[in-house]
Amino acid sequence: GRCYLYMKTIERAPFPRRLWERVLLNKNYEKALEEIDENLIYWPRFIRHKCKQRFTKITQYLIRIRKLTLKRQRKIVPLRRKIERREKRREEKALIAAQLDNAIEKELLERLKQDTYGDIYNFPIHAFDKALQQQEAESESESDAEKEEEEDEDTDKREFVEAESDESDLSDFEDMDKLETSSEEEREEEEVKKQTSHSKSKGKTPLKGPARRKRRYIEIEYEEETEPTTKTKAA
Amino acid sequence: EKLAAKKKRRKEREALGDKAPPKAIPKTIENQRVYDETTVDPNDEEVAFDEATDEFAPYFNRQTVPKILITTSDRPRGRTVRFCEQLSTVIPNSHFYYRRGLALKRIIPQCIARDFTDLIVINEDRQIPNGLVLSHLPDGPTAHFRMSSVRLRKEIKRKGKEPTEHVPEVILNNFTTRLGHSIGRMFASLFPHDPQFIGRQVATFHNQRDYIFFRFHRYIFKSEKKVGIQELGPRFTLKLRSLQKGTFDSKFGEYEWIHKRREMDTSRRKFHL
Repeated sequence: GRCYLYMKTIERAPFPRRLWERVLLNKNYEKALEEIDENLIYWPRFIRHKCKQRFTKITQYLIRIRKLTLKRQRKIVPLRRKIERREKRREEKALIAAQLDNAIEKELLERLKQDTYGDIYNFPIHAFDKALQQQEAESESESDAEKEEEEDEDTDKREFVEAESDESDLSDFEDMDKLETSSEEEREEEEVKKQTSHSKSKGKTPLKGPARRKRRYIEIEYEEETEPTTKTKAA
Repeated sequence: EKLAAKKKRRKEREALGDKAPPKAIPKTIENQRVYDETTVDPNDEEVAFDEATDEFAPYFNRQTVPKILITTSDRPRGRTVRFCEQLSTVIPNSHFYYRRGLALKRIIPQCIARDFTDLIVINEDRQIPNGLVLSHLPDGPTAHFRMSSVRLRKEIKRKGKEPTEHVPEVILNNFTTRLGHSIGRMFASLFPHDPQFIGRQVATFHNQRDYIFFRFHRYIFKSEKKVGIQELGPRFTLKLRSLQKGTFDSKFGEYEWIHKRREMDTSRRKFHL
């Protein structure tokens, strides 16, 4: 970017085409300043000063432009409103069509069927369940008696859970109490219940069971604010 | 008018009783999808051969362990940073580094030297993340996505905890075409190949009509036929914009696929992934 000096004289005011007179300034900053001085020789001091100030500013921003173009620059891409709206709408519809929860569940169940999980989960068939149930009903502790049948089934299946419980971090899942009352709650509740209640009673982790239980209780602390007693000045 | 027609049809069906014709299948966009010639057949030999020899082969043969670098564009703002942190907890063996004005071209050789397998750059606009560049490092393909509808962990309604350090399982749904297949493999290569089933976590990339939905859940099997899932971890949707053959290079890269709006968005029933 080269700089020019433009001058205007009042004699030429009626001729707009010839009004401005142009002088190419030197590339060198100091020499250009001297040229400005030469050309504006009979002009008032103030105007010369201001002109030189303007020239300084221009050269500085030209330098900055040159530096910036060398660095990485952000490419600004305009958004197209129509397209954006269209994409948004399509995304919403795709989301509804996807039915993600169902798809994931199906996939997980399929993987279970295809035995990718190996021996971790054992779901015995119904006859086996009932037989086990009977066995347990005879030899279980009182806690079991309270619960429903389904509970017992699950506990058999859930023996594995105890081993995991150490590793997985389900530490803030609901209390045992809640578990005992309702095991077959709907998914929509969005709470994963860990059913370790029974396995504990079987003595799998004798120490950890009750200790865990204690830890699981939700502590509700009530904080009461006591208003500062106003001091009454003794008269 | 449509209601009247429907009612009439229902009456006819009831009148016919057992001899009524079977119920018609409703037309959905997935049903009417324009047949894409690059759909992958599960038994296709060519595809299998390709997959055995492409850049992800070492990962699928369990030779390399993924190590991922997550970074943002310049000057990330609060939401983006939080999202990146959450993402780094979701993907095991991933590190998040700030980027103070470093050029990507220079980062990439450094990453390769330090043995990273993947690089994720999250681009942000007006304090929210809106773009994702995923490049497989030792000279692998680079995919550029547009990210939308990002939900952080606290915005998801649930009462669970954060993900643990266990390696999650990966579910890739609905990646049918060749392009979709390669993108699916890219996603799969982010996670270590041996999931720890004790963790019971699953990361899902579900493709539907060219939008890839990412979710992260914890599952539990309530019984043989019933499973409960609880969503934890961030969620977002991606739309593929371009796929480059080599690592990220905006000027000289060789584009394998670009989304051309004029040509590709014309039909409502045509999808590419």
